[in-house]
Amino acid sequence: MKRGLALYAIAVYAFLHLPLLILALFSFNASKFTLWEGFSLRWYRAALADADLVQSAINSLIIAISATALATTIGTLAAYALWKRSSTWLAGSLYLSLVTPEIVTGVSLLAFFQWAFRFLHWKLGMHTVILAHVAFSVAYVAVVVMARLRTFDPALEEAALDLGADEFGAFRRVTLPYLWPAIAAAAMLAFTVSIDDYVITSLVAGIDSQTLPMTIYAMARRGVNPMLNAISTMVVIVLGAMVLMAERLRSS
Amino acid sequence: MPALLELKQISKRFAAQCAVADVSLAIERGQFFSLLGPSGCGKTTTLRIVAGFETPTSGEVWLNGTRIDHLPPYQRNVNTVFQSYALFPHLTVRENIEFGLRRKRAYGCAARVANVLEQVRLTGKENRKPDELSGGERQRVALARALVLEPDVLLLDEPLSALDPQLRKQVRAELKDLQRRSGITFLFVTHDQEEALSLSDRMAVMNGGVVEQAGTPREIYQRPKTKFLASFLGAMNWIGGVGVRPECTRIARESNGNGARRGLVTRSVFLGSSIHVETRLENGDVVLAQVAANGDAYREGETVHVWWNSSDELHFPE
Amino acid sequence: MLVTLAIPSTIVCLYSLLTRGAYGGVERPWTLENFKLLGDPLYLMIFFRSLWIAAAATALCIGLAFPLVLFIARSRRKNLCLSLVILPFWTSFLIRIYAWMFLLRDTGLINTVLRGAGLIHDPLPLLYNDGAVLLGLVYGFLPFAVLPLYATVERLDPALLEAAADLGAKPLDALFRVTIPLCAPGIRAAAILTFVPCLGTYLTSDLLGGSKTILIGNVIQNQFTAARDWPFGAALSVVLMMLALVLMFAARRHGEELV
Repeated sequence: MKRGLALYAIAVYAFLHLPLLILALFSFNASKFTLWEGFSLRWYRAALADADLVQSAINSLIIAISATALATTIGTLAAYALWKRSSTWLAGSLYLSLVTPEIVTGVSLLAFFQWAFRFLHWKLGMHTVILAHVAFSVAYVAVVVMARLRTFDPALEEAALDLGADEFGAFRRVTLPYLWPAIAAAAMLAFTVSIDDYVITSLVAGIDSQTLPMTIYAMARRGVNPMLNAISTMVVIVLGAMVLMAERLRSS
Repeated sequence: MPALLELKQISKRFAAQCAVADVSLAIERGQFFSLLGPSGCGKTTTLRIVAGFETPTSGEVWLNGTRIDHLPPYQRNVNTVFQSYALFPHLTVRENIEFGLRRKRAYGCAARVANVLEQVRLTGKENRKPDELSGGERQRVALARALVLEPDVLLLDEPLSALDPQLRKQVRAELKDLQRRSGITFLFVTHDQEEALSLSDRMAVMNGGVVEQAGTPREIYQRPKTKFLASFLGAMNWIGGVGVRPECTRIARESNGNGARRGLVTRSVFLGSSIHVETRLENGDVVLAQVAANGDAYREGETVHVWWNSSDELHFPE
Repeated sequence: MLVTLAIPSTIVCLYSLLTRGAYGGVERPWTLENFKLLGDPLYLMIFFRSLWIAAAATALCIGLAFPLVLFIARSRRKNLCLSLVILPFWTSFLIRIYAWMFLLRDTGLINTVLRGAGLIHDPLPLLYNDGAVLLGLVYGFLPFAVLPLYATVERLDPALLEAAADLGAKPLDALFRVTIPLCAPGIRAAAILTFVPCLGTYLTSDLLGGSKTILIGNVIQNQFTAARDWPFGAALSVVLMMLALVLMFAARRHGEELV
C-alpha cells in the first residue's frame, strides 16, 4: 500500500510539473514546429527584441509593485483592526471577495469605475488596473495576516504598554515584528496574483495599460507560438527565483 | 500617612455581568498583598484596572497620592508580571529587560540590567531568546523585566500557575525573598490559598466580584467573616450550622463525657504526617478529623466519639 | 476597506436591474427583464453545463488529492512534498494553461509523438472540448484541494488509526470509517475552494474549450465586452455571486474557517 501511494504521488507530481518542463524544453528548440531540431536561443532573442512585449512587462511590474505596496498596507491594517475589534461586516465582505469568482470581481470593478467616472474625469488606464488589483488582493493579505494574529498573545501588547510604550510604539515594536513573516508572505502572494492576473485586468485596462498576461493571452489565443514558449519560460523562472529568494529571506 | 495604592469603590461592568462590584482596598508601601479567590471572582479584572488595561465603570484608583484611573498603562508607575509571562518572542532576554528602560530613556541601562539579571540568577543567559529558556527561567525574565523599572507596585497575575508543582514551591520561596530584598510593594493575584497564606503580609479574598474579607492571613483563616471564606480557605466540618476545622476536631474510642458525639468511621486515609479520619455521626453529618500519624489507627466501621472545644467553633449568621 | 469590497458588488446588483444603453452602459427604467432572460433555455443549458463541469472538476480534484495528501502526511520530507504541490501556484496560471495547449493541439507534442510512433494516422481531437476544459481545471485547482485536506489530515491523531487497528479494522476499513469521516471539514473546505472558482472559470474554458465549450464566465465576459449588454451580464454575475455566498454560508454553518 505504501509503495502504491508513492507511485501514485510521483504520477501526480509528473502531471503537475511535466507540462511546464516540456514547454521550457521546447522553448530552446531551433524549429518553429514541435519537432526537435537542435538547441537555439532564437525565440528568446525574438521575445526580448519585441518592444510591445517589453513595454507590457514593464507595465506589469509597475502595477504589481504599486498594488502590492498598497494592498499589503491596507490589508495588514484591516486584519489588525479586525483583530482588535471584530466586525461581522468587514469579515463578511473579506470572505465574500475571496469566494467571488474572478470574472464577477472584474465586471463589478468595471461597473464601479464607469459609475465613478461620472463624477471624476478619469479614463481606464494604469491607475484603474492598480486600484482593481488592490481591491482583490487586500482580502488575501488580510486573511494571511489574520491567521498569524490568531496565534498572537494579546498580553504581549499589554506588556509593551505596561513597560512604557504607547499604543503606536507597542504596535511598531512588538506586534509588527511578530507579524513580519506573515506580512512578507502576504506581500509575496499579492505580488504574484497581481502580476499573473488576466481576467480582471483585461476588463479594467485602458489602451496604455497593456500588461504581460494580456499580451500572452492575445498570443495564446492566436495559437501556439515558439516565442510564447520562451516568454513563458522566462516568466516562470523569474517568478520562481523570486519566491525562492523570499523564502530564503524569511527563513534566515 | 495614606496608603501607597488605594482602590476606592471600584466597579467594572462588562456587557452583561458585573465583574467587580464596589471594591475598596488599601495597600501600604513594602507590603506583599495577595488577592485570592476562585476563578471568575474578579481578582484579575481588579489587577488589570490597577495596571490600566481596563477602565473602571466607576470608582477611583490612587497611587502615591495621585489619581491614576484615567491614565494609559504606559503613564503609570506600576508594572505587571503576566500569567503567560508575555515575553517578546523576537527579542533576547537582555532586549526584553531593556524594553521598558529604553521607552523611559533611562540612564545607566547596562548596569541596571546586569544588576537585575544577577538578582534573578540569569547572568550569562542574556543573549538567549525566550523559546530557548525553561519555564522557570522565563518566569524570572518576566520578573526581571518588570523589577528593573523599580515600579511603585509590582502586579503579579498568577505568576506561578504555569510552573510544575515541584518548581512552584521553590519559586515561591524565591519570590518572597526577592520582595523582602527589593522592598517593592507586590500585588499578587492567585487562586491558590496555600500561596496566598504563606506569602502575604496582608490579603483580600474575593468572590463574585466583591471583597469578602481583607486582613492578615492568620485573621482570615482563624476568624473568617463569612461561610464562603470558612469553606474556601482550608477544610471545614459543618455540624448543625457550626463550623469546626478538622485539625481542631478530636476523636477517640472512649467518650470524654461532655458533648462528645458518637459516630462510625467511614474512611481512614494515611497522609504521611497525619491521618484523616472520616466519621458519620448519628445525625447523618460527616466529620473529618485530622489525627497524628503516630497515634491510634482507626478501622472502617469502628464506633468512635468525636468532640471539640467550643472556642474552636465558628458561627455565622444565616 | 468596505468601499473597495462592498460598493462594486452593490453597483453590479443595481446594474442588473437597469436597461441596456444604446452604446453599452446602462439606462433607466428599472426592470426585472434581465433576470427573466436567464430563464431562456440557452442560458439555462449553459448554467447547468457550468455547474456540471465545476462539480466534476471538484470531485476529481478531491479524489486525486486525497491519496496524495495521505502520502505527504506519511512521508519523511513533508515540507518538500508540500512545496512541490504549491509550486505551480506561484507560476502563472495563464502560462500553465498555455502549456496544455502546447501539448494537446492537433500539431502538439502528444499528437506528434503518437503519429511518429505510427499509432494514429489523423491527429486526435484533444483540444477544444469539455474534456480539455476539465483537465485544465483539475490541473489548475488541484493545489486548492490539497492544502485544506492536508491541514486536516496532518492534525489527525495517529493514535486514532492505531486504535482502529487495535479494534480490528483493516487499513481500508480504517480509511473509510476513521480517516475520511474525521477529515470531513477539510473535504468541505476543499470542495468550496475548488468549486467556486471552477464555476466562475473564464480563462480555462476560453483557451482550452474554444468556441464549443461556453460557460457562464465566458457569457458574463462577453456581455461586458463584445455584446455590450451590461445589465444582463450584471444579472448573471449576481446569480453567480449568490451561489458563491450560499456555498460559503453552507460551509460556515459548521463553524469552520474557510481559509
